Amino acid sequence: MQFETIGGFQILFGVIVRFWPVWLALAIVLSASFVYRKRLGLYGELFTNSVGVAGVTICLFWLFTAIFAPLIAPFDPLSQVAVMKDALPGTVVPDTNGVYYFGGDKLARDVFSRMVYGSQIVLVIAPFATMFALMVGITLGLPAGYYGGRIDSFLSFLANLVLAFPVILLFYLLVTPEIRQLTFDSWFSRVTGIGVSIPRGLAAFFFLFPVIFFIVLFWTRFKNRPDRLWIQLALTVLIGGWIYLGLVFAIDPFGLISIEPSTLNIFVAVVFASSPGVFRIVRGLVMDIKTRDYVAAAQTRGESPWYIMIWEILPNARGPLIVDACLRIGYTTILLGTLGYFGLGLAPESPDWGTAIKDASRLLRSFVHPALPPTIALMSFVLGLNLLADALREQSLKD
Amino acid sequence: MLAFIIRRLGTMVITMLCLTMVVFYMVNLEPNLKKLSISQLDMRSSDEHIEQWLVKNGFRENFFVRYGQWLGVIKRTPDVDPATGKAALRYKACPQPNEPYYGGILQGDFGCSTKFKTTVEAKLWPALSATGVLMFWVMVTMVPISLLIGILAGMREGSRTDRSLSVASIATTATPEYVSGVIFTVIFASWLGWLNGSAASATAQGVNFYNFTLPVMTMAIYGIGYIARMTRASMVEVMTQQYIRTARLKGLSFSSVVIKHALRNALIAPFTVIMLQFPWLLTGVVIVETMFRYQGFGFTLVEAAGNNDIDLLLGCSLVSVFVVLFTQLISDIGYAYLNPRIRVQ
Repeated sequence: MQFETIGGFQILFGVIVRFWPVWLALAIVLSASFVYRKRLGLYGELFTNSVGVAGVTICLFWLFTAIFAPLIAPFDPLSQVAVMKDALPGTVVPDTNGVYYFGGDKLARDVFSRMVYGSQIVLVIAPFATMFALMVGITLGLPAGYYGGRIDSFLSFLANLVLAFPVILLFYLLVTPEIRQLTFDSWFSRVTGIGVSIPRGLAAFFFLFPVIFFIVLFWTRFKNRPDRLWIQLALTVLIGGWIYLGLVFAIDPFGLISIEPSTLNIFVAVVFASSPGVFRIVRGLVMDIKTRDYVAAAQTRGESPWYIMIWEILPNARGPLIVDACLRIGYTTILLGTLGYFGLGLAPESPDWGTAIKDASRLLRSFVHPALPPTIALMSFVLGLNLLADALREQSLKD
Repeated sequence: MLAFIIRRLGTMVITMLCLTMVVFYMVNLEPNLKKLSISQLDMRSSDEHIEQWLVKNGFRENFFVRYGQWLGVIKRTPDVDPATGKAALRYKACPQPNEPYYGGILQGDFGCSTKFKTTVEAKLWPALSATGVLMFWVMVTMVPISLLIGILAGMREGSRTDRSLSVASIATTATPEYVSGVIFTVIFASWLGWLNGSAASATAQGVNFYNFTLPVMTMAIYGIGYIARMTRASMVEVMTQQYIRTARLKGLSFSSVVIKHALRNALIAPFTVIMLQFPWLLTGVVIVETMFRYQGFGFTLVEAAGNNDIDLLLGCSLVSVFVVLFTQLISDIGYAYLNPRIRVQ
């Protein structure tokens, strides 16, 4: 059967046109940030060198792609148009006006739409998982570095234990459907009727750290001002607890916050794999910073250890931590891709980049075109984050 | 120094014990055992049949007893056929003595692979040597290239060479193996047809340029950027030192200063980084070997994990944990030797 196709130039033009919401949003945000760069602090300083501009642009491009995905993608990422199996790039779909810009994959789905929707999965999981890993690493790394001694030896041993695990083995053990099915009988499940599986249990443990962190944060700051303190603490417990219940046990009373069990599993595995790294960095930074004079001054004033850790040491460690967070989001994206590549955790029809690369790489001998869009997408996003991190590092070294 | 090494070795043993116990626990979870027994019997086995198989192969004994058996501190009881008085083969593949015996890691017995129907040693050591060949070639290409890039970039900080080489090394660290592997295969195997897109023939016919370049290139690329950046940072720091300025003011040429004075001091930090690359290489090995169908350690690990092949998976994790911890130890000792300012307490 002969299909109508469009040429290379038209493909390029068509794709650029499809991305119109992204260009619009990019133009607005970039020009606004450029005009007000003097008042935007660290973010504004990024616009003084070309590496920083490139990094910000690439990251924002994928962010807006994820946000406007339904507007950009011409087709549903899961819908199959049977005749379009392995269609070459630029093939016009019969009976419609739509074009498969980057061709069809082996299940006759639009490669372009899948790439666009794939960004949503990556941009939801990677930054949030990194945030949680940061929270866990900071909350454990601060006391380890500050107190030293037994706490430090114990926590460092645990961190080294996780770091000694090859990541891929960890994923094979943690992210399998079998692990998710298994539920343990405990007092908790008897009371609430919710089975606790290993990922749930780990999530219950890890997701507690942000709540603990914010409680300690407000407690140390407003200890002597009860009027402010109780409002802040009540808000933290209410909002934190609400999100916690929704994410971990899927029992959000309003039904707003929920997460797929398989996504939760990936989330937990990624946080588990990357928090020891954050822990080590925070610990090293704290050990360095605690010898400074302002820490000694705070100690002489009689401030509590946790006040010093959170309000004296942490703000001074922010430079390296922000840079590390950027690199780590990139690394998490690579980890997600690895998970997809080994077919772990995500649904087999999921449009995420790793799964798409896996599917396409099996058929490279016959068809090349389904492999390139997801690989280039993943590469460019991680590259953007790395460039951003590099520019941030340069800026923070200047101060 | 000796006390330090002994203490580190002690920590290493404890870590390995903890980790193997975790792996042992995970692979022995009920759904995993079900998966294993179904793969050993057949899809339509009844629940009683599965249970019978699990009991017969000793999976229903106490967790710690079985872990002890795997370690080799508790005796294994073979399944002796009363008619002949001979012990049955473990998983219908591996011979075992007729009397209760110690057969565990401490005796050098890694157990029996249910997937490959042979002893774990028979599967694991050839796979490891195959991976050793791959690692060797990756190191041979990666280390000189990355050191060269790092030194060239760090020699004159902020120059145009520095800028372009830095961006190039950032780009390679942003390209994981499964991305660069696909792109290289598309370019060199599909379009140009110069190289072989699969390394499957390397196992049988030996390594050659056509089947081995792509896997080696794919693995080396991801590491080059990282090592190069570390070398660059260390080189930049060394170049600002007083003794470099002294040497320059003394009238030595720039190249002689770089080669004779800066290089040796700048290479201390990359040494640690290169040693610490081994754990990362393990993950890379898994991806690259799966992608190019090379029958090495990574391939074995994926097969073992996919089929919940308990003994093989434990063997693989033991090996990889050992590699990670051992390279950390070597890097610490080497660092102390190379840098006289650091003395290990």
